[in-house]
Amino acid sequence: MNSKDFYIDSFKKFESKLNGESKLFIHQLRKEALKQFETSNFPTQKNEEWKYTDVSPIVRQSFIPAVNAVQVSFSKEEVGKYLFKDVDCHLLVFINGLFSEELSLINELPKGVVVGNLRNLSKENPGSIEKYFGKLSKIENSFNSLNAAYSVDGLVAIVPDGKIVEKPIQVLYLNSSANEEVLSSPRNLIVAGKNSQVSVIANYRGVSDKSYLSNNVTEVFVDEYAVVSVYKIQNELDEAYHIEKVQAKQGKNSVFNHYNIAFGGAIVRNDINAVHNGENIETHYYGLYMINGKQHVDNHTFVDHAKPNCMSNELYKGILDENARGVFNGKIIVRQDAQKTNAYQQNKTILLSKSATIDTKPQLEIFADDVKCSHGATVGHLDEVSEFYIRSRGVPQELAKSMLIRAFANDVIETIKIEPLKEQINHMIFEHLHKIEVNNE
Amino acid sequence: MNEIKENQAEELSDDMKVIDEVTSSEYKWGFVTEIESETAAKGLNEDVVRMISGKKGEPQWMTEWRLKAFRYWQKMEEPKWHNVHYPQIDFQDISYYSAPKQKPQLNSLEEVDPELLRTFEKLGIPLEEQKILSGVAVDAVFDSVSVATTFRETLKEKGVIFCSVSEAVKDHPELIKKYLGSVVPYTDNYYAALNSAVFSDGSFVFIPKGVRCPMELSTYFRINSQETGQFERTLIIAEDNAYVSYLEGCTAPIRDTNQLHAAVVELVVLDNAEIKYSTVQNWYPGDKEGKGGIYNFVTKRGACKGKNSKISWTQVETGSAITWKYPSCILQGENSVGEFYSVAVTNNMQQADTGTKMIHIGKNTRSTIVSKGISAGKSNNSYRGLVKIGKNAEGARNYTQCDSMLMSDKCGAHTFPYIEVENNTAKVEHEATTSKVGEDQIFYLNQRGISSEDAVNMIVNGFCKEVFNNLPMEFAVEAQKLLAISLEGSVG
Repeated sequence: MNSKDFYIDSFKKFESKLNGESKLFIHQLRKEALKQFETSNFPTQKNEEWKYTDVSPIVRQSFIPAVNAVQVSFSKEEVGKYLFKDVDCHLLVFINGLFSEELSLINELPKGVVVGNLRNLSKENPGSIEKYFGKLSKIENSFNSLNAAYSVDGLVAIVPDGKIVEKPIQVLYLNSSANEEVLSSPRNLIVAGKNSQVSVIANYRGVSDKSYLSNNVTEVFVDEYAVVSVYKIQNELDEAYHIEKVQAKQGKNSVFNHYNIAFGGAIVRNDINAVHNGENIETHYYGLYMINGKQHVDNHTFVDHAKPNCMSNELYKGILDENARGVFNGKIIVRQDAQKTNAYQQNKTILLSKSATIDTKPQLEIFADDVKCSHGATVGHLDEVSEFYIRSRGVPQELAKSMLIRAFANDVIETIKIEPLKEQINHMIFEHLHKIEVNNE
Repeated sequence: MNEIKENQAEELSDDMKVIDEVTSSEYKWGFVTEIESETAAKGLNEDVVRMISGKKGEPQWMTEWRLKAFRYWQKMEEPKWHNVHYPQIDFQDISYYSAPKQKPQLNSLEEVDPELLRTFEKLGIPLEEQKILSGVAVDAVFDSVSVATTFRETLKEKGVIFCSVSEAVKDHPELIKKYLGSVVPYTDNYYAALNSAVFSDGSFVFIPKGVRCPMELSTYFRINSQETGQFERTLIIAEDNAYVSYLEGCTAPIRDTNQLHAAVVELVVLDNAEIKYSTVQNWYPGDKEGKGGIYNFVTKRGACKGKNSKISWTQVETGSAITWKYPSCILQGENSVGEFYSVAVTNNMQQADTGTKMIHIGKNTRSTIVSKGISAGKSNNSYRGLVKIGKNAEGARNYTQCDSMLMSDKCGAHTFPYIEVENNTAKVEHEATTSKVGEDQIFYLNQRGISSEDAVNMIVNGFCKEVFNNLPMEFAVEAQKLLAISLEGSVG
């Protein structure tokens, strides 16, 4: 049985476990999504958006949807190893995309703020979710419809007008299985009302001997004057497949910050899209991908400037070693009405080895005349002159290299506003570099 | 203070009107010459391909090559990935052959049809004048058959071959067999296959070892007869240590039915040789509503086969309803260099999807791309480029700069740069900006007593200067004129 038929077939088993839940609105959406999944296909390299990423290794395998798989249990101590420490935060833990109540800790929240998981909230308070769920993310390919068909659980954060969630929400997505190859399908929803603020740390980790597919969709509503920050740190196993689509919609004077820090997996694909629906909007995208071995990271970003006086700023940096392959595609559309737009985009990549590859495509489509738009892309290797300079001060070669790489990455890291998170990411970079060095020897 | 500002704004808008008038001016080079021409019936099949080959008195191997290309083309699908829009082309509704009736080879200009000579005069390139004054040898292509070739004697002394492709097929079959299709094989793309099957004529240049071509070679293209697709084929070969600068320029008369132009240009450069290829393209862009105009779908590619070889493409594209071309360089030889300088101007309903491909294969290969796009009216201008650094291209270097300027709020400027790097010693830089002519810039020049129209002209010319500097003298002058005509301003 091919994987497509397998997912269609598994749906029946999934339905039979649902009992009362199958009457909820969300299940109607799942059924519709399954229908779309039946008629669509997984993207191939003939599709321009997937030109450099061959997903056939994912399609060849049949991953067991998490709802049908054997659940793995973790103790608090075990989970603790994967968390960002010293961050005063609300904590939600998802194992294979399914919420684990006993591992999570949601502190006191301002009145009216809802932070929880999709499965419970869609039973307890379906009205609040129905208003937003699936309204932004249109199904574009089989990964999207597969996510929607199995969208059982995920983060829900609804912040009403004028409320500020002071503590960031840390969400640990832990993928683990003893014997099965599991498909986890987290479906996240972040809604920020007028004048509200919220930050989310999305922490993706894996502890499995088996390969798995983490297929995510995140919808973000940023209403007028709201500020939303999403910090995605993806540090999964070399065998892991990870796909995420982020779809954001911004109202006037709002700010959306998205950080995408990837330490890789077998195939990682991110689609980060923001649509402007008002004036004076700011969108900031920061990305860092640091990969080695045979890892493959593909980042597609998109900012749709539909209204005047908005700005977007994007900085993506890549450090590729061994046989790693990086892909960057940054698209900016400035529509006819979007006069006085400022859009900046940069993609810089360092290749550390002979066989690392990067395919980058910064893309501008501009239909308004009074705009300032620029993009830049560079690809290079570590500067020998700088390295020589550091070594001439008595620093050993390996350390000199690591210093240069960390300096390169720092442009992205230093903009992180949560101090302990910044430190720990720095540490992860150092660890990662160290691993590379050990491997090289 | 406010009053002054308002006054200036009014003045500006007045100037804009003037500019608009200029921008909306009719195509200046449009006229139809009445020359009896021999045109094949519409449609395309193997018999038509055989007929074209037969008309040109081609040997059997050439006919076979065309037929192979035709059969391949039949199996292909029209490409759809471009960022331009046009109605479906009916390839059976095009006549694939049109030649002025006079056939025998001419020895001097006096034998040329006077009507034809007048056409060239209107275009500003009287053959006899050019022959004497500018020192430029002209291979004039009127529709599809070469009618006059000058300076051949001078070139012959040096060993340079400059003739039409059909003559070369007869006189130098060994060179044609070796090089035709070696850079752009007929399997390359849909329009290259079509061209290979039905190409009517074009220029052939061969510069032997160690020869520096004593003059700039030039071809003036001109599409005449209505509804005739023009399928040019150009092949230029520079052997070791040779150098040639080749100019190509075009204008065409006003008409309503869209015309398809699918040319193929191939350049071959061996050790230490250099080819400089310059184009000024000003074909009929269609009227203000986008009616008529030429579809310019061209495959241009050069192969730097030898060490230290160099190819330099310079283009100024102001015409055509649709321009769709990517002059490319395959940098195979060590230390070879590829350059691409382009100005693409679109106005009214014009569409351009142009750029380049730099394929770095050899060690220490270098490439430079400078692309300037200017969009006005309701036009769309896209830069699409590929920089590919292969696994073995140690120390390869690329610098890309593509700037766009927008002149109205209804036009579009797009960039689609593809960068693929497989070697870590390579250094690739890409930069792109989009902006409009600043009101402050115009104001600054107004202050110095320069009218808005001239100011815009100056700014645009400054914007394109890097590219114009790379054009040969004669062309640089023409290019500036063209630019001025195509869009003196239209800042809105």
